[in-house]
Amino acid sequence: MNTIFYIAAGVAVISTGLVITRAHSVHALLYLIVSLLAVSVVFFISGAPFIAALEVIIYAGAIMVLFIFVIMMLNVGEASKKQEQQWIRGSIWIGPGILSLILLGLFLYAAVEGAGVPLGAKVVSPKEVGISLFSTYLLGVEIAAMLLLAGIIGAYHLGKQKKKVVHRFMKEDST
Amino acid sequence: MIHIPLHEGLILSGILFFMGFLGVIVRRNIIFMLMSVEIMLNAAGLAFVLAGAHWGEPDGQVMFTFILTMAAAEVSVGLALILQLYKHFRSLDSDSYNQMKG
Repeated sequence: MNTIFYIAAGVAVISTGLVITRAHSVHALLYLIVSLLAVSVVFFISGAPFIAALEVIIYAGAIMVLFIFVIMMLNVGEASKKQEQQWIRGSIWIGPGILSLILLGLFLYAAVEGAGVPLGAKVVSPKEVGISLFSTYLLGVEIAAMLLLAGIIGAYHLGKQKKKVVHRFMKEDST
Repeated sequence: MIHIPLHEGLILSGILFFMGFLGVIVRRNIIFMLMSVEIMLNAAGLAFVLAGAHWGEPDGQVMFTFILTMAAAEVSVGLALILQLYKHFRSLDSDSYNQMKG
């Protein structure tokens, strides 16, 4: 009965591997969406339907749409794809690959040491999450609101088109 | 009902996390680096939710909600920065940003 979990996990791992090896950024983004959807399946079958819905709506929906808009604005073409393919070819993967495999090995050892505990079959409903969110973690919610406000202001400030102010004498010189 | 052993879920989240880590180290295109950071955040959230499901408590899901908020704020500021950098340098290569003077 765990087959669904293994299939979803396999899809997530394979599509994440494709994300970090693609040369074209839009292809990588589409694989990233597939990976997020697979992770949301894992959330759903481990008894967190609310988080599964949030993952699809906010991660795979809103955040990925932001990425797509920015990639469209940057207008990356065939030339940058060729350059990207040169950058990620061959031996550049060896050093970082070995390092992160060592770290992954340590992590897996730590995870398997405490093996054999099954995940609770209890479904944690959105109601419980909401009650906990707005009673125990109320301060966290307010801090998150401040963070979002700071994010909005920061993104507005950074994205603003700045007018170049040139004195009229300078203008005649430059043209 | 499905019983996933906790360590298998944690192994999945670990594999995803270190794939994102590898992406941050290897890729030079700054958009791919930001995407890999997203993968890492998502993997950390997966670990939180699975641990919360293990004890049948909502705390893990609450933590994932905070991670989601943080990721949204980080992506909006990060993408605005990428647009500004691209406007200045006409390049997405993170190595070319070493000439930032002031």
